[in-house]
Amino acid sequence: MSGHSNYEFKNPLVNWVDSRLPIVSLIKGQAMDFPTPKNLNYWWTFGGILAIMLVLQLITGIVLVMHYTPTADLAFDSVEHIMRDVNYGWLLRYMHANGASMFFIAVYIHIFRGMYYGSYKEPREVLWMLGVFIFIAMMATAFMGYVLPWGQMSFWGAKVITNLFSAIPFVGDSIVTWLWGGFNVGDPTLNRFFSLHYLLPFVLAALVFLHIWALHVPGNNNPTGVEVKSEADTLPFHPYYTMKDLFAIVVFLMFMAAFVFFAPNFMGHADNYIEANPLSTPPHIVPEWYFLPFYAILRSIPDKLLGVIAMFSSLLILLALPWLDSSRVRSGKYRPIFKQLFWIFVFNCLVLGVVGGQPPEGIWVTIGRISTAYYFLHFIILLPLIGLLESPKPLPASISEDVLAKSGAKSS
Amino acid sequence: MKKLFKSLAIASILGALMSPQALASSSEGYIPAKNYSFSFEGIFGTYDRAQLQRGFLVYKEVCSACHGLKRVRYRNLAEPGGPELTKAQAKAIAKEAEVTDGPNEEGEMFTRPGQLSDAFVSPYPNDEAAKAANGGALPPDLSLITKARSGWHGTLKSLFTYSLFNGSGGPEYVASLLTGYSHEAPNGEEKDGLSYNPYFPALWIAMPAPLSGDDVEYADGTKATVEQQAKDVAAFLTWAAEPKMEERKSLGLIVMLYLAVFSILLYLVKKAIWANVKH
Amino acid sequence: MSTVEEVEGTRRDFLYIATGAVGVVGAAAAVWPFIDQMNPDASVLALSSAEFDLAPIAVGQSLTVKWRGNPVFIRHRTAKEIEEAKAVPMSDLVDPVSRNVNAPAGADASDVNRVVDGKEQYLIMMAICTHLGCVPIGEAGDYDGWFCPCHGSHYDTAGRIRKGPAPRNLDVPPYKYISDSKVVIG
Repeated sequence: MSGHSNYEFKNPLVNWVDSRLPIVSLIKGQAMDFPTPKNLNYWWTFGGILAIMLVLQLITGIVLVMHYTPTADLAFDSVEHIMRDVNYGWLLRYMHANGASMFFIAVYIHIFRGMYYGSYKEPREVLWMLGVFIFIAMMATAFMGYVLPWGQMSFWGAKVITNLFSAIPFVGDSIVTWLWGGFNVGDPTLNRFFSLHYLLPFVLAALVFLHIWALHVPGNNNPTGVEVKSEADTLPFHPYYTMKDLFAIVVFLMFMAAFVFFAPNFMGHADNYIEANPLSTPPHIVPEWYFLPFYAILRSIPDKLLGVIAMFSSLLILLALPWLDSSRVRSGKYRPIFKQLFWIFVFNCLVLGVVGGQPPEGIWVTIGRISTAYYFLHFIILLPLIGLLESPKPLPASISEDVLAKSGAKSS
Repeated sequence: MKKLFKSLAIASILGALMSPQALASSSEGYIPAKNYSFSFEGIFGTYDRAQLQRGFLVYKEVCSACHGLKRVRYRNLAEPGGPELTKAQAKAIAKEAEVTDGPNEEGEMFTRPGQLSDAFVSPYPNDEAAKAANGGALPPDLSLITKARSGWHGTLKSLFTYSLFNGSGGPEYVASLLTGYSHEAPNGEEKDGLSYNPYFPALWIAMPAPLSGDDVEYADGTKATVEQQAKDVAAFLTWAAEPKMEERKSLGLIVMLYLAVFSILLYLVKKAIWANVKH
Repeated sequence: MSTVEEVEGTRRDFLYIATGAVGVVGAAAAVWPFIDQMNPDASVLALSSAEFDLAPIAVGQSLTVKWRGNPVFIRHRTAKEIEEAKAVPMSDLVDPVSRNVNAPAGADASDVNRVVDGKEQYLIMMAICTHLGCVPIGEAGDYDGWFCPCHGSHYDTAGRIRKGPAPRNLDVPPYKYISDSKVVIG
């Protein structure tokens, strides 16, 4: 990065360091004085919540590794050792396990917020795409982490998901054998998943850094979707948004603590308290809840290869979202038809989630297929079309004007 | 804010439908576990020491003939948050066990009386021996049984009223299963070596009815009916699976209280900072 | 500035300080589980005692046993060794303290305070040089006791430091006799 900072600090030592390594002015410029639209609502606090969740997962994870043994013979035992013998081991493990679920709850809200307010639109396409990569890396990390306790669901989840790659023509089976390091999920698989589960969060952290960098070039989107016009539209990030985010973070932690302390196994599956047994499949295997919508898409296509393609496409299509949405208006707030389609889309995703957890029989197959079709329909047909067809509501001239109009309406 | 809460509420209801407890399917004739009430339910729930001690007696006199409890150690019996036997009592119980140790100087394995630091000795040396002695069916180790089984499958009511607050119904499943042998199989059907039990998801279970009433004699004078013994041993096994539950809940209350106070303070700070800004 | 504003300002300052203080207390408390998890866990602490039979150890022989993951010397001393140890005047000792948790507090390092009275032929002590933790070699060194090869510390036949960089006598672990020849360490 070029140039010298414009900051002059009172403390000569700080000045000395900053003129050689402008880290202090970087923090001041990007994390404190950074001009932020003044109308961000609470949906915007999930970015900060996610940052905290990543840090929390990293810390609890690093600490759990101090007691965990990644071999097929000892993994399950070492987890129970953590739960029973290690000082506060139960707390650390329940925080990490529930933390994964909380991470996904927050990320889904964050993604849907971006979709509703058009945060993916120009000039934030790269920011959005980095977000999609983060989401995919998160899913990979969570999947491999779930294998580590080496319970029945760990084992069979690993087996089913790695088997997805066997759908690849010609080389599929070789790839699966390569992934396993054997002819079944086993000790080598557990070892490599452990290694990657430790590595990926740092990749994730690097992606998050890029994500924030890409955010700080154009600055935040905001509920009106109207770009910042003047200084009157913004507030310095600190203390306005640091305090607002902190409040939201603590409320979110309270939500998480309720699960960690009072329903720690609610998000988990009872079968994962049975040690992995390669000879017997549990009667009903389901992935963790956050994978269910994608699992439903996978299962609703009766062809193995096409099912796998559909599942990966449902993720990758998000990368194209900035170009699929043809509307010139950014925020869904001013797009009456889009707004309704958005909520239908959210509902459809939840339906997919419910379907993903049901046995693939009877009515569920039909619902799954309709929902899957609608998922893609939304992106490929509806979004490009309504951008051209709908007539958006008039936009405010600026953020301040919108704010003034609203507070005027409130006081009258 | 209001809108936010509304959307979160709707999302959480739909989200809860995805919870694994709401999903599993089951065979015809299956009955979800009876919703026994236990002292350890709810956010203030604690184990009933006397019940855990009774349950331990049932495990020791009845279940331990076939089922191990290998993740529990004798010292755990005297630790806070459990049956809280005295150290001397726990030591005496440990001493009754024959623990294989070694090798000694000659390279031989030998047995010695158990110590507090030893794990509960399993009735069979390995799974194969256990299967061979039980007609091919493996009596599972009971250390985690109440967490490894769920008592209710499928219904929405079960999800909210039970699962969220009372867990997956593992203890209820154990107690129901132990009392469920009195049910008659439909059409008087019989299967060789199996017993009919509608609380068992597969309906036919290899374990014959383990309790017949008065299988143990309780020191505290409680009448040892089948149901009483079933509930007691289910409570004991719940502790065996989750020995840190009391510590977890009491710490949880402090943490929740702290976070509540801190969030209120932060809200006031946020409001004070934003007081002069129209947004 | 008007008084009303001033009062409001003070109130606000108080709120900020209170919130900050509550935050700091919470953060400090939250750090504790992450530190405590590295302390010995319950299964390690439970292994704190071990039983040993001294009968098979002949006069002049030593046995090294393991207690809490560390080597412990059990030496059946010869009469000559005991005599030598008893003959050493206190003034010759580098460390005049018994270093024996079983002896009364403040006991000196005379030979009787290094062993159990009446069982003075058995010397039981941690096989860990008090310098930097190596295991000393038996029946070696300038005093026919122990010699640490790492940095050249010499211990006498009662395990007391006589020469070299080690600051203390070899530590005696907590132990007691449960029968004539059986001892429980820990």
